[in-house]
Amino acid sequence: MNVILIFSVLVLIAIALWQITKIFELSQEKKVNTQVATDKDNDWNGKLMFAFLIFIYALTLYSFWAYGDVLLPEAASEHGGDYDQLMWISFALIFFVQTVTQALLYYFSYKYRGEKGKKALFYADNDKLEMLWTIIPVITLAGLILYGLYTWTDIMTVEENDEALVVELYAQQFNWKARYAGEDGVLGDANVRFLQDFDGKNLVGIDATDPNGFDDVVVQELHLPVGREVIFKMRSQDVLHSAFMPHFRAQMNCVPGMITEFAYTPKTTTEAMRQNPEMVAKVKKINKIRVEKSKDLVASGDTALDPYEFDYLLLCNKVCGASHYNMQMKIIVESQKEYNQWMEQQQTFAEFIQ
Amino acid sequence: MSTAAQVHEQDHEHHHKETFVTKYIFSQDHKMISKQYLITGLFMGIIGIAMSLLFRLQLAWPEQPFGIFEVLLGKWAPDGVMDPNVYLALVTIHGTIMVFFVLTAGLSGTFSNLLIPLQIGARDMASGLLNMISFWLFFLSSVIMIFSLFVEAGPAAAGWTVYPPLSALPQAQPGSGTGMTLWLVSMAIFVASSLLGSLNYIVTVINLRTKGMSMTRLPLTIWAFFVTAIIGVVSFPVLLSAALLLIMDRSFGTSFFLSDIFIQGEVLHYQGGSPVLYEHLFWFLGHPEVYIVLLPALGITSEIIATNARKPIFGYRAMVASILAIAFLSTIVWGHHMFISGMNPFLGSVFTFTTLLIAIPSAVKAFNYITTLWKGNLQLNPAMLFSIGLVSTFITGGLTGIILGDSTLDINVHDTYFVVAHFHLVMGISALYGLFAGVYHWFPKMFGRMMNKNLGYFHFWVTAVCAYGVFFPMHFIGMAGLPRRYYTNTAFPYFDDLADINVLITVFALVAGAAQLVFLYNFISSMFYGKEAEQNPWKSNTLEWTAPVEHMHGNWPGEIPHVHRWAYDYSKPGADDDFIPQHIPLKQGEEELQH
Repeated sequence: MNVILIFSVLVLIAIALWQITKIFELSQEKKVNTQVATDKDNDWNGKLMFAFLIFIYALTLYSFWAYGDVLLPEAASEHGGDYDQLMWISFALIFFVQTVTQALLYYFSYKYRGEKGKKALFYADNDKLEMLWTIIPVITLAGLILYGLYTWTDIMTVEENDEALVVELYAQQFNWKARYAGEDGVLGDANVRFLQDFDGKNLVGIDATDPNGFDDVVVQELHLPVGREVIFKMRSQDVLHSAFMPHFRAQMNCVPGMITEFAYTPKTTTEAMRQNPEMVAKVKKINKIRVEKSKDLVASGDTALDPYEFDYLLLCNKVCGASHYNMQMKIIVESQKEYNQWMEQQQTFAEFIQ
Repeated sequence: MSTAAQVHEQDHEHHHKETFVTKYIFSQDHKMISKQYLITGLFMGIIGIAMSLLFRLQLAWPEQPFGIFEVLLGKWAPDGVMDPNVYLALVTIHGTIMVFFVLTAGLSGTFSNLLIPLQIGARDMASGLLNMISFWLFFLSSVIMIFSLFVEAGPAAAGWTVYPPLSALPQAQPGSGTGMTLWLVSMAIFVASSLLGSLNYIVTVINLRTKGMSMTRLPLTIWAFFVTAIIGVVSFPVLLSAALLLIMDRSFGTSFFLSDIFIQGEVLHYQGGSPVLYEHLFWFLGHPEVYIVLLPALGITSEIIATNARKPIFGYRAMVASILAIAFLSTIVWGHHMFISGMNPFLGSVFTFTTLLIAIPSAVKAFNYITTLWKGNLQLNPAMLFSIGLVSTFITGGLTGIILGDSTLDINVHDTYFVVAHFHLVMGISALYGLFAGVYHWFPKMFGRMMNKNLGYFHFWVTAVCAYGVFFPMHFIGMAGLPRRYYTNTAFPYFDDLADINVLITVFALVAGAAQLVFLYNFISSMFYGKEAEQNPWKSNTLEWTAPVEHMHGNWPGEIPHVHRWAYDYSKPGADDDFIPQHIPLKQGEEELQH
């Protein structure tokens, strides 16, 4: 890594030296130089304009070739497919417009570079043309807006139902907890005022006067059964946090003083996602990087990095203080049977405060 | 000359005896105030950009020791390794300085002050005194902001949006102590400065236009500054109220934004407030602020592209209409920053609708710029290069707005590096290009000397390559799900494959930073040793180039020129030259374009 840094510093010094000599050279010149672009300046800058167009295209292609595999990981929730489809449609549209407009902009800058004696075309208005490029965006955007709103309403409408699993996500500086409703299927009332009850064992502030709370289960690792809708109720005890689950195309802020909601249905188990060829390739790539890094670490007397195994992530995505960058929770999606087995091993609130 | 005008002239003669203090420090002359804004803005810009390079080093080589950290950050970088709190502070202050101090005050303050009186044909701003106070309030707020960097626990570190409760509770992070108080005080003074400036701009444009300068003959620069000032007057007071309420919550125990909080083993007394309310108030300014930054840059670009293409700006009426449409829409889209804040999803639908509408006037502007270039005779001066660059980054950055403005798609890219890439291109880089273009173009007007063009070319091409080099790959790490404002990504092995991209971005950022030194050198040396400027070096039509090179109080000796045509009679058929300044009367039989 240091090699790259040193290299970049060297490049910068070289540029600085080159500039200083150039400045010196320029200050020597006593020729008439009005500092206004001449035909020669127009010519070489016009050609660079064309080169720059090629640079933008090349950068785009290179980025897709080199980094295309990091874009939007495979969706693991049922609405994820709709999300991805809208994303790729929007992307295709953007790329088309980007390619055409940049080409026109830089090609014109190259083609019409100035020359003495040439006269520009006096062309101040064309109502038809302007109408055309007002109407086309209007129609395109109308389509996108309608499509977007339809999907948005679909995703954001949370309807309470008996089938769904209700889970509370509880955020604090700098960790996550999850609370399950237990056998009665109802989350007990809770408030931060109760956090100090039971010698601090009341981890998410369950209200002991509400009988629904005693069978609730508070855990540090989120387990979700596959194929069943999960309704998340989000809370925060201190500052704003945001529960971001990129693989499920899900995100919602956790706001102190209120309960926010988001719902989705996980469709791929952790195990199945690990077998996904794209994911296998990604994990392989990451582990190769980690092995390389470990070599450096071992050489300097540190311990090597553990090999990486894929897990779904819950990240904090609203700046919340010093350790914001490390506020995470593992999400495990499994079959209903595995989920039940896991749940049986957990302590209820009543058991925990004993 | 009428008697009134003669009295006016004598009045100006009288004012000519000035001391050093009234001429250079407490000046009421708009040209001097404009230079004061520019130089203060550039100084703040150096600090803001330097900060970004520091945290880019940390992002590329996380938790590595750097000598420069030890030198600049001292105890906040033990053994040369940056502390996470300092990382957040740098990000916060970088954002605040760049958005408010450089791209609002430095850009709009400089060019509104310089160009409004000169381009509409006025002796000075409507109120020189308010103008002076406006600058000195800005200066005071800059001093306080810089001062906040040196307090014991460090400056504000809650992100430039300073959302409570993080910003409200000193227990939540060290930066929310004295540093945050100073941040709020500095911003409150900044808002006052901005309001005084904006009111002055509005009054001047409405009342002091010279004879013949109807609104439909105004150069697009003035339209942009005028509308920007109106947006500022409408939205900045709301930021002031948000800042004041936050000060109340912090210092006087009120609960506007706070409720049900348990922190550091203690239940706090706050009840009934909502951080979402703060988000509404903040973004009611915060989003129009984007256009307060961008519209002046677009106005400058319109002027420079027309002048250097030697062609009328294409679709003048559509350009004015789109400025007005953008200004109106900008005040009703703030909710797109809050799709997942917990507000009612139905509100999200409304804001998606209004937000995507902004793409329409923006597209009109982009197409009109491109058409202006078509069949032109492009004089590729450095100012022109930066203007073309602006159109390019405005398009690239603007297009990803279609993704972010769509509430559905926002779910997964909200607060990731995708957003960072988007707004840096569409408002950061674009507005910065507007600032550079303006400086290269009006330097002869401001300082009576020319900037070195070859250094200008070098500055543009290195910056242009690096700007794309930094922000294009950044979209990819955002789409991969990497959140912004992370001190390091090493806590998530899942993101290990993004490390290389971060190194690439930082290398481009360092080179871009170095290129700005060339600009600074060019700026300072040209101020003293630049080639002396002609009166109208770019052969431009607007009125400022009819004023003498040597600055004088009152701008024109004798009468103010009258205006007989719009600002864009370039290459008009039948004319001898390829430009006809606005004060030249129509020839016999010459038709004026109806606008």
